[in-house]
Amino acid sequence: MTSPSVSSLVVAASMALAAGLLGSFVLLRRMTLAADALSHVALPGIGIAILLRIHPLVGALAALMGGAVVIWTLEHRTRLTTDAVTGVVFASALAVGALLSTGEELIDALFGAPGRLSAWEAIAGIAGAAVVVIFVGVAKDRLVLAVVSDDIARSSGVNVRRLDLLYLLALSLTVGLGLRYLGALLMGSLLIIPPAAARVLARNLTQMLTLSAVVAVTSTLGGNWLAARSGTESGPLIVILAGAWFLGAMTVASVRRLTQRGAAAARS
Amino acid sequence: MVTRCLPPHEAAPAAPSAPQGDGPSGAAVLSVAGLTVAFDGAAVLQDLSFAVGRGSALAIIGPNGSGKTVLLRALIGALPHGGVVRWASGTRIGYVPQKLDIERDVPLAAIDLLEARARLVHAPRAAIGRVLGRAGLGADALPRLIGTLSGGQFQRLLMALALLGDPNVLLLDELTAGVDEPGQERLNVTLDRLRREDGVTLLLISHDLSVVDRYATHVLCLTKEHRGFGVPRELLTADLLTRAYGEPIAFFRHDQPQR
Repeated sequence: MTSPSVSSLVVAASMALAAGLLGSFVLLRRMTLAADALSHVALPGIGIAILLRIHPLVGALAALMGGAVVIWTLEHRTRLTTDAVTGVVFASALAVGALLSTGEELIDALFGAPGRLSAWEAIAGIAGAAVVVIFVGVAKDRLVLAVVSDDIARSSGVNVRRLDLLYLLALSLTVGLGLRYLGALLMGSLLIIPPAAARVLARNLTQMLTLSAVVAVTSTLGGNWLAARSGTESGPLIVILAGAWFLGAMTVASVRRLTQRGAAAARS
Repeated sequence: MVTRCLPPHEAAPAAPSAPQGDGPSGAAVLSVAGLTVAFDGAAVLQDLSFAVGRGSALAIIGPNGSGKTVLLRALIGALPHGGVVRWASGTRIGYVPQKLDIERDVPLAAIDLLEARARLVHAPRAAIGRVLGRAGLGADALPRLIGTLSGGQFQRLLMALALLGDPNVLLLDELTAGVDEPGQERLNVTLDRLRREDGVTLLLISHDLSVVDRYATHVLCLTKEHRGFGVPRELLTADLLTRAYGEPIAFFRHDQPQR
């Protein structure tokens, strides 16, 4: 087995950086279910793109952006059942996508297959990740206030509705970028597990974002490397590595709590 | 002496400008005309009209479910509504929402929120120390996760957030809920000083009628059937409160010279 090229690793790392940063806000905004379900929407997009003989990722991105607009509309129309509706709509999308794709192509679409990147694919991948990272950098303050209270954000001059849309579009873009590596079934977990691991240890926003990015990037690079060596899909390996990070973080947090308790007991 | 809740159209136009002696009152900071908010077809607020003069303190009172929070949220544009809400130009709003549920392990420190709001409203970093002092929150709270602050400390943090950017209007939805007695008193005195010395306009929801009586210059009483707008001495009468809340209500009136 050949090892992945440098350019492909750079693309993977920048995608993971985007996922780790944006995923932090997915967790903070309690949108993990929506993010996971949204990533499933990519599948019918890929299926249709293959039927139409266009680039699968173009189809996936179009479907994801559409999905983002659907979630955005639901969030503001119905006040109670966004979760349920999201679940129904996007599980159905996964089913339709599974019918449209077949065999090996379906496995790749579901679980990710890095394969060889053309030059423009690499450039588009890095550019896309840069857009997401810049969005997080620019919108961070607005997102933070909206996490605590939409109304506080509003009274600070934030257009919350527009922020929500941009955030969901950035989420779609991130999912689209990660499909090649994790597939439609597992991409959601790269938006969820690294921030979850980071949250266990983080004591402020900067630590949260940094740890989450580190977990996402190292898991993605490690998973790619292992996949190339073993000739398997990369998605499961990336998710397993991120899961290991999460367990490690939980262990560190428990030890930290125990030593703090010990120190407190020693003082009294 | 007005001793009853006025019907809305009667209460509407004349009430706002009744000056209370001190403070730069006069021009309306906020005028509301025919405000209606409905959820799923059921009107929570209907055809509400009032105006708030600069430097006044409007207390919004009424039983649970009378639409007090809905009114404040409609005023900042958070809810779709009918009618007209007009803020004077140059209005800078500080808003403290009703009690928020924050998970204990949200990885946000108090300083994260303060810095975010400071940047958004273009307040200098030095302003953070100033607003902490005004809200009565120690600097030791800055690095703490917001989920580990006590209820009272968190309300003070929200107050400090609202004060960043030198707002000239403060909208406070039960600011002092969960704050200890001395803390409540200090926050109320701080607000009163902001109003008197800096001409900050206050719109506050409170269930503490003795505080309303002491610090508010105007009272808006919201109930389905009776609505009133006036000055506390006239509006906070046993008869009216009984009608507004549906049962007799007593509250302690501080004996202090008239404002």
